[in-house]
Amino acid sequence: MAKLRNIAAAMLALVLAGPLAGPASAQEEGDPQQGGTLNVVIQPEPPGLMIGLLQNAPTQMVAPDIYESLLRYNFDLSPEPQLAESWEISEDGKTYTFKLRDGVKFHDGEPFTSADVKFSMDVFLRETHSRMRVYMEHVESIDTPDDLTVVFNLKQPFGPFIGIFEPGTAPMIPKHIYEGTDFANNPANNTPIGTGPFKFDEWIKGSYIHMVKNDDYYMDGLPYIDDIYYHVIPDAASRAVAYETGQVDLLPGGSIENFDVPRVREMDNTCLTEKGFEYFGPLSWIWVNLNNKPLDDLKVRQAMMHALDREFARDALWNGLGKVATGPVSSSTKFYSADTPDIGYDPDKAKALLAESSYDGETIRLLGLPYGETWSRWAEAVKQNLTEIGMNVEIVPSDVAGWNQKVSDRDFDLAFTYVYQYGDPALGVSRTYMGDNAEPGSPWNNVADYQNPEVDKLWDEAALMAKPEDRAAAYKIIQDQIVSDVPNLWLLELGFPTIYRCNIHNPVNTAFGVNDGFRFVWIEKK
Amino acid sequence: MTRFILGRLVKAVFILLAILVFNFMLIHAAPGDPAAVMAGEAGAADAKFLADLRTRFGLDQPLYVQLWIYIKGAIQLDLGYSFRQQMPVADLIIDRLPATLLLTGVAFVLSLVLGVMAGVAASARQGSWGDTVISTLALLFYATPLFWVALMAALVFSVWLGWLPGFGYSSIGAGYTGLAHVLDVARHLVLPATTLGLFFTAIYMRMTRASMLEVSRLDFVKTARAKGLKRGVIQRRHILRNALLPVITLAGLQAGQIFGGAILTETVFAWPGIGRLMFEAINQRDYNVILGVFYISAAMVLLFNLITDVVYVIVDPRIRLTT
Repeated sequence: MAKLRNIAAAMLALVLAGPLAGPASAQEEGDPQQGGTLNVVIQPEPPGLMIGLLQNAPTQMVAPDIYESLLRYNFDLSPEPQLAESWEISEDGKTYTFKLRDGVKFHDGEPFTSADVKFSMDVFLRETHSRMRVYMEHVESIDTPDDLTVVFNLKQPFGPFIGIFEPGTAPMIPKHIYEGTDFANNPANNTPIGTGPFKFDEWIKGSYIHMVKNDDYYMDGLPYIDDIYYHVIPDAASRAVAYETGQVDLLPGGSIENFDVPRVREMDNTCLTEKGFEYFGPLSWIWVNLNNKPLDDLKVRQAMMHALDREFARDALWNGLGKVATGPVSSSTKFYSADTPDIGYDPDKAKALLAESSYDGETIRLLGLPYGETWSRWAEAVKQNLTEIGMNVEIVPSDVAGWNQKVSDRDFDLAFTYVYQYGDPALGVSRTYMGDNAEPGSPWNNVADYQNPEVDKLWDEAALMAKPEDRAAAYKIIQDQIVSDVPNLWLLELGFPTIYRCNIHNPVNTAFGVNDGFRFVWIEKK
Repeated sequence: MTRFILGRLVKAVFILLAILVFNFMLIHAAPGDPAAVMAGEAGAADAKFLADLRTRFGLDQPLYVQLWIYIKGAIQLDLGYSFRQQMPVADLIIDRLPATLLLTGVAFVLSLVLGVMAGVAASARQGSWGDTVISTLALLFYATPLFWVALMAALVFSVWLGWLPGFGYSSIGAGYTGLAHVLDVARHLVLPATTLGLFFTAIYMRMTRASMLEVSRLDFVKTARAKGLKRGVIQRRHILRNALLPVITLAGLQAGQIFGGAILTETVFAWPGIGRLMFEAINQRDYNVILGVFYISAAMVLLFNLITDVVYVIVDPRIRLTT
């Protein structure tokens, strides 16, 4: 193992294990108090809590109380120990060695060992998890020399690999329960068992999910609170009322309509944070169907891009939260470049570009996102912006299933979307721009059918570069090129406000916000 | 009577089958399917993920095969499996049924009693001050959208006054048992049941009032008056009994909906009932759940239509039943 000790300087920041007590960035004044109940809104009701099978947003929020992964990530996406207490990356970037924490037990009392890691990554998630399937293609083999050591041998260096060990992507699943079973239909899915700070207690469908403290949790003194209720409240206005009447104390980002946010945040003892979405980097844009005329004309796309008043959308529709996007990569994602070609609001330039273009009064169909009032209004604002430069736009209404179908079938001219980036361009950005990932049938691939072989080649190379500085240079070229091509109209890096009573401490302490389990949360008694 | 009921039941089975087939086609005509919705919520999905889900849900079969499987199950009272919730549909419905029955049942009784009483009171002194107030209120409740009433009720009585809980079925985590639990549920029930009941109260009131006024002008009422009967007796025994038929028709319709739940009210007040189950299932294209709720509601509407017809005979002996 000599080469493992010879750690490249550039990797040092990724390798050093942080303090065990929790992310340094999250330490707050005052001594944590034990006890109390946390009441949180969950919307919509999750279809299940077995996180290895379900990657939808509500499951991803509730299940990390139960399931954990090897690492955790700070706001700057640097890794922290969780189930792994230390790790090393070999100089050639092909061998990842994790030392697991000793004495960790699943909720049913069985010990957590390297066999569970291998089973989760190599068997379970390969079978069930769309994203993991892609990531695991880089892994040649997984060795478990002893119960507390796991070695991943990669086929080639894959920089983003250190960023996938979070519960939503790589949850640790009990081998003794799932091995050799039909994963999707295992009855244990209804009574999820993990290593996390809280245990599943009860789920009254349509009302609430109840989690209780894991008294045998391996992190000393944690968790602080006794139990958590996730309240299922289907109507957005009622969720605001639930907070106002004190029935819930924490509103995760996006759980109430944006126009209710100013009213609620004015309340006494109410705090708001935009943090906790750094890993996801939610970026909204409008897909442009590049196979439809006249949208294949670069000038039409440039005209539309400059026609959009995105500052107005942020200030009027998103309460000033979030950032105007500069291109395909969110500013919290690694290798973001702020210095891309200008795509700012300039209606005069937009009109001039449109006049030079092949646009001839065609009606453009705009498909809005069916996620509530904010998105409907946003579609109207975009329609107005485009009408102002002389385009004819028609808004196509739909529900969630209809949106999925239309985007999957490419049955639109313009379509709103927003997408998570998972901290690294190779994990969350390239999939929406690579030429060979444009097959209809999915709303989450290269929906616009953007084809640029040079960019494709760079994407492939950048993911496999061992040195971060080489990757940064490649991604800079990629971002400049994509922004010049305007394959879609980037809108905002969405700012989702997490709203909570100020006496609840640490609700958001990593790049995953409320999706990281509430192990550090404590409630100050008043 | 028995022949009539049996005949109607046989017809009902065929109607039910036709409804099932029609609903099935209708739901499958909507864009998207449960696999696409679940993949959409995941924010990432490859072709294998979608194909796996569709195979698991049986959506890879031709439509007529899916229909046949569903009908075959439905005849044996097997409502199938919820794709999304990973539970038998029958269990889901039974779980939600008590909450819905409580809400719709209370609203039904409340609106019927209040509506008929208000209607009788208003018609007793047509054009009086009291009549104007009752009629105006009824018009107001009739015309106001239910979701608005619901939100305002929650705002006023829950947020501003703090008298009643704004949503939910019981106080979560309070651990009430026995009488305390009953009272707790009752407190939670007040706003949704009133909101849901208001609209029907208004309808019953208007219907009763109009019908009472019409009947009170008929000759037999004059005869009764000429006989020297007391005003109250005429109102109750002569007018009301004859005026009730249209109200019963309407009550039969409302009773049929009791099992279908109340989508708007249940959604706004987070009441864990069938209406919400169905609404969410429609959004998620959880076909078996939607069909299951339709199936039960259709069966109940048919049943209550039958009961209504029988009640007609009891209330008005002039009516004869023929198949």
